[in-house]
Amino acid sequence: MTDLTSLTLAEARKGLADKTFTSLELTDAHLTAIEAARVLNAFVMETPDQARAMAREADSRIAKGDAGPLAGIPLGIKDLFATRGVRTTACSKILGNFVPTYESTVTSQLWRDGAVMLGKLNNDEFAMGSSNETSCFGPVGNPWRRDGSNTTLVPGGSSGGSASAVAALLCMGATATDTGGSIRQPAAFTATVGIKPTYGRCSRWGIVAFASSLDQAGPIARSVRDAAMLLRSMAGHDPKDTTSVDIPVPDYEAAIGKSVKGMKIGIPREYRLDGMPAEIEKLWQAGADWLKSAGAELVEVSLPHTKYALPAYYIVAPAEASSNLARYDGVRYGLREPAKNIIELYENTRAEGFGAEVKRRVMIGTYVLSAGYYDAYYLRAQKVRTLIKKDFEDCFAKGVDAILTPATPSAAFGIGEKGGADPVEMYLNDIFTVTVNMAGLPGIAVPAGKDAQGLPLGLQLIGRPFDEETLFSLGEVIEQAAGRFTPARWW
Amino acid sequence: MSVDAATVRRIAHLARIAVSEDEVPHLQGELNAMLAFVEQLSEVNVEGVEPMTSVTPMQMKKRQDVVNDGEIADDIVANAPATEGHFFLVPKVVE
Repeated sequence: MTDLTSLTLAEARKGLADKTFTSLELTDAHLTAIEAARVLNAFVMETPDQARAMAREADSRIAKGDAGPLAGIPLGIKDLFATRGVRTTACSKILGNFVPTYESTVTSQLWRDGAVMLGKLNNDEFAMGSSNETSCFGPVGNPWRRDGSNTTLVPGGSSGGSASAVAALLCMGATATDTGGSIRQPAAFTATVGIKPTYGRCSRWGIVAFASSLDQAGPIARSVRDAAMLLRSMAGHDPKDTTSVDIPVPDYEAAIGKSVKGMKIGIPREYRLDGMPAEIEKLWQAGADWLKSAGAELVEVSLPHTKYALPAYYIVAPAEASSNLARYDGVRYGLREPAKNIIELYENTRAEGFGAEVKRRVMIGTYVLSAGYYDAYYLRAQKVRTLIKKDFEDCFAKGVDAILTPATPSAAFGIGEKGGADPVEMYLNDIFTVTVNMAGLPGIAVPAGKDAQGLPLGLQLIGRPFDEETLFSLGEVIEQAAGRFTPARWW
Repeated sequence: MSVDAATVRRIAHLARIAVSEDEVPHLQGELNAMLAFVEQLSEVNVEGVEPMTSVTPMQMKKRQDVVNDGEIADDIVANAPATEGHFFLVPKVVE
């Protein structure tokens, strides 16, 4: 039998249906791979007993011919998703040993459809970071290394554990979340496929909140088709999230292989940055050429407020975070530091429980919302956000079906290499992805090639609201042209 | 705009995060780096622009005003660091 961990989700589904192997065998193969890859630090909690029990259940349902669309498929779950009875920490000390008594809507839909949980995946603390270095469980290693080097690189963030685990073949797919690029940037750094759907497409209920007007869940997967299969189960209306949208979930997989002939693809001139590495420029051109050969029409478009998206984000996201994270008070759950009075209890608990990046963002958010500064910062940022969204609307109104950009301004970098002196250096990682969150649009990152040092690079496609299907069709064209990329195993 | 050391202490208190004196200069530098970065927004003409309130144009959904949950006090206090019965315990608040 071929190594079961090297299959795509679509191939595994076929093998399970044909009874070539069982879910228990598939699950055990992944559990063994996880054990052998602990040096990557992708999992913060392994749940082998639960995984095997879920696999046996899936096998019996498959035998009875009553299998859901993801029956028996082993997945990893970002530690931001509440999982009933399984520790959920957002990789923050402040949640300590929090064990939810409820299940997030997105994960409950995956289990409804028969998926198997292998464990919880590392991420930046409260999803605040672009390198997975802010986790209280320590950094995650990228399975990719530079040619001829044994320096460990970051997998990107905040969904670094998800991306690393999928790329290292430790799980067949993973849940992730994206507030400013946290699905797409790590996908690009690890040669995996990641899609952030339209805001409102997936329920946020049961996902630890960072910035509620920007947060969206989505999958990281081994192929475009796999991502389509996972998103179909994750998406859908949920009365428990008032921002979740009540429109039917299409069969995203049906969009794979659909012709893109005649589609109009925008190339935004503002994404051509000064000092952008030549290989990223080259990759972007290659992506445009592939879509053109598939029959799409390329047009130059303008998104004039692009450069303001990242600064506006660093007002809006910390402001919402400072409000959302007010709940961590040492009273109802999680860490509690001793104190003489209640104010000290809050202050000591939060000083001890939050890491440096989270403190910085909570403080900046507190400042921009404080009396006398609200208009100058927060209100202005929300107006700029309106302008950013309008840029996209104008572009789509001219008949553009999707926009092609690089996913990141560079390939993966080393642990400790960035953001030490100036936090803004790290923030610039999200320069191509953050506009999409600000406008609530869907965006997919697809592996497209490698840089001169052998590291993966990705392209991003941005779509109209609730038109993830077009992104899957276009993403498939890129995947077919570029091929798929697997790292050489060193762990 | 930039913040001075006194403002850093005030923000920390508003955010309910204890900050020691020797952390202040470092935090001040980082916060000012972020404020310098967002400063470029002041060059955008936002006159007559509505601030965004909802990224997807949708009517706010309203729930039926009925009891649909409850009787789960055990669950609510299950993760609390200190409880007595179904109550959260905190240091004395009122003298």
